Amino acid sequence: MSSILIKNGRIIDPANNIDATLDLLIEDGKIVNIGESLNVQAAQVIDASGLLVTPGLVDMHVHLRDPGLEYKEDIISGTKSAAAGGVTSIACMPNTTPVIDNLAICRYVISKAQEQGSANVFPIGSITKGLKGEILSEMGELKDGGCVAFSDDGLPVASSELMRRALEYADTFDALIISHAEDLSLVAGGVMNDGYVSTELGLKGIPWVAEDAMTARDIMLAEFTGGRVHMAHVSTKGCIEMIRQAKKRGVRVTCEATPHHFTLTDEAVRGYDTNAKMNPPLRSQADVDAIRAGLADGTIDAIATDHAPHHIDEKNVEFAIAMNGIVGLETMLTLTLNLVEEGVIDLNRAIALMSSQPSAVLGIDRGTLSKGAVADIALIDPKLEWELVPEELHSKSKNTPFGGWMMKGAAVRTLLAGKTVFER
Amino acid sequence: MASEITEILDSSSVQRALTRIAHEILEHNKGTEDLVLIGIRTGGDYLAAQLHQKIAEIEGVKVPLGTIDITMYRDDLGTRNDLAMGQTDIRFPLGDRKVILVDDVLFTGRTIRAAMDALIDLGRPRNIQLAILIDRGHRELPIRPDYIGRNLPTARNEQIEVEFDPQHVPVSVSLIK
Amino acid sequence: MNFPHRHVLGIKQFNAEELSFILDTAESFKEINTRSIKKVPTLRGKTIINLFFEASTRTRTSFEIAGKRLSADTVNISGSSSSVVKGETLEDTARNIESMHPDIIVMRHSASGSCDYLAARLNCAVVNAGDGTHEHPSQALLDAFTIRQHKGSIAGLKVAIIGDITHSRVVRSNIDCLNKLGADVVISGPKTMLPPGLERLGCQVAANLTEALKDADVVMMLRIQLERQGKTLLPSLREYSRYFGLNETNLKLAKPDAIVMHPGPMNRGVEISTAVADGPQNVILDQVENGVAVRMALLYLAAGGEKITED
Repeated sequence: MSSILIKNGRIIDPANNIDATLDLLIEDGKIVNIGESLNVQAAQVIDASGLLVTPGLVDMHVHLRDPGLEYKEDIISGTKSAAAGGVTSIACMPNTTPVIDNLAICRYVISKAQEQGSANVFPIGSITKGLKGEILSEMGELKDGGCVAFSDDGLPVASSELMRRALEYADTFDALIISHAEDLSLVAGGVMNDGYVSTELGLKGIPWVAEDAMTARDIMLAEFTGGRVHMAHVSTKGCIEMIRQAKKRGVRVTCEATPHHFTLTDEAVRGYDTNAKMNPPLRSQADVDAIRAGLADGTIDAIATDHAPHHIDEKNVEFAIAMNGIVGLETMLTLTLNLVEEGVIDLNRAIALMSSQPSAVLGIDRGTLSKGAVADIALIDPKLEWELVPEELHSKSKNTPFGGWMMKGAAVRTLLAGKTVFER
Repeated sequence: MASEITEILDSSSVQRALTRIAHEILEHNKGTEDLVLIGIRTGGDYLAAQLHQKIAEIEGVKVPLGTIDITMYRDDLGTRNDLAMGQTDIRFPLGDRKVILVDDVLFTGRTIRAAMDALIDLGRPRNIQLAILIDRGHRELPIRPDYIGRNLPTARNEQIEVEFDPQHVPVSVSLIK
Repeated sequence: MNFPHRHVLGIKQFNAEELSFILDTAESFKEINTRSIKKVPTLRGKTIINLFFEASTRTRTSFEIAGKRLSADTVNISGSSSSVVKGETLEDTARNIESMHPDIIVMRHSASGSCDYLAARLNCAVVNAGDGTHEHPSQALLDAFTIRQHKGSIAGLKVAIIGDITHSRVVRSNIDCLNKLGADVVISGPKTMLPPGLERLGCQVAANLTEALKDADVVMMLRIQLERQGKTLLPSLREYSRYFGLNETNLKLAKPDAIVMHPGPMNRGVEISTAVADGPQNVILDQVENGVAVRMALLYLAAGGEKITED
């Protein structure tokens, strides 16, 4: 019987309201005990003095690119990147080639992750077959096969009628719909946030109303159908306010925000940095402030990365034709800890936003240190200072706008079911 | 290291030299017919104006006066830092004229080479003559002045400074070691 | 004065003193264009490549003449004849060209920021001849030069710019240039063609054309291109002309000695009436003429600017 004792760490387990210096005992990949100065013999003792001991982090919005686009990322590299960021569970988006719209691909992702991965992978199935926005995917079967949610992420479901039916049909199986809210006719070829910076740079703008209009529609459809919708990568002040109000009315809506949307504004695009090109785009300071307020008051349920690896050739081009998105698994923790440092949220909420809360949204039994739970654990040094060197990222892709930043706080050890999958 | 400044010519010596040059020009060209004066910016243009005035005083004739900027004809674009460019102002044809090219100090001869190229691009003068206030030697090109205010042997690292008052009248010539 | 720039990417990089210096330098070159032998040896032995990914007769010809009058060897490569159609990246195209050791690449490209992109990757000097809807510095400088020529100085003048502001690189460069030189820029156009943040760029947005033209010293009309601007921005050219076109009647709102400018090519009867385009206040051909002198200045300064350290 293998056993690990993690001693003297500050254990933060928001699911159980624990924040105390305690010892934690793992046996056979499960958490068996938490308590003060546990007096047990263990095969391995980890001294966690000065470290935070938290549930392995959960990132509910990741593009693993596997199958089909393995030159950007695959399940092995993507989950390694996750482990390096203290993330032990990820939900991956279905815009692979082929699309995760059938049981075979769903099973492929799950089994490859189980066999070769360094993190738990929970596939998200597509809402519509082939992401075409025409015919619903077989959500019942996919959910039984392991899909934790359904999304056409990257593309909105343009037809309101189809979105209505998707919410209704998913609710039949108590399945979650994740909405990528974007009115493409309002986007109209835009490549960055519509505002002063886009005017100055001469880049076509994406107005906030493109996201707000679709968010309004999806909230109304959720309210109308009684279905459950989760708004992905919320980036505008207006969306957050709409979700806040909808929650008050009892609409079954949840949402996530990305670290880049609460850290950067569209000023980052200056110099035509294609690593500052993403969708939704980096917005204004007022939007960043609104996201931070939403994280503080509970309107936002989860922090998720929208980890979107792209090959250098897809970013080293003119801004207008560069691909959207950045890698995020290895920067989520430190950028979120930065919010704690700045006094926007407290540490317990920060960990909850990256563990228990996304787990609850997805309905997975992760993100907690409860007795009996799988021992997915992150050991975090909140004071560790390090420089982000893109080439040192574990992801296959290095597209990050944070290159050269001095960061504070990092996972120093990540355990997946009691096994160390990353050590700094 | 403090530099040592020695005055070579004072105001009246400069004027005497210019008066002599004016006489020499008139003598050599047998009057003012077809004569034009062109000064090289900056310095030569001021001296050309002085010669212009003196010739008028002597002969009672105002010969055409122009200025030429040779920046566009310089051969050191790759190494110099000052890129400022003056303007060429020659409002008369040069064809078949006798051009008196005027500069303050003759050194390597490169400025005069550039000025001659510039002049020839503007027309085909009958001849070009060179009037110089100070010839300090160290020629790098086969160029010889026709009229000289003063020959002044110098070391290569020394400098000659011709000073003008606000009305562009020369007041002194100094050697800076 | 020295010129501490390697490239000419936009007006943004220059301060007022440098802009005036460029205009003064152009003043010197202007004289050459009136000579019978229109050539000086300033850039002898230099190679300039005009890399035009977008069709442009006026700007390309102007840059070509400017280079030739400075005795540089100029080579034109246009989008259609380049390898772009074969799917080569901009960086690869540029690197291939650079291997032939040009001293200056003059580029026009449809992507905003493409000149910045190129400059960051190449050793030779890059001169922006228009990038997307971002900047068109040589146009703004020739406009400033023309205004200075007719008005003596730029400070304190009211300059009205009318048209599609969103899609105009000329406007972005002009607003910045004219502001730095002390003019008051007033903008007018249909709201579908006004991008956000114009006030922050340093111009006033007039309520209508009348307000924009009132007492203007300079009226600059922009080209309306339905093919570029799509169908959702305007119902018709007819209506545009009626509310935003310059004609003899509304030009009277401007100062009596106001000058009328247009970066070309003009749509007669749309943004500008023929009577105004050919009228006594138009300086449109002066703009074209001055373009050569301004581009000579830019090429000269780019060639002589911040020195490359050889290693």
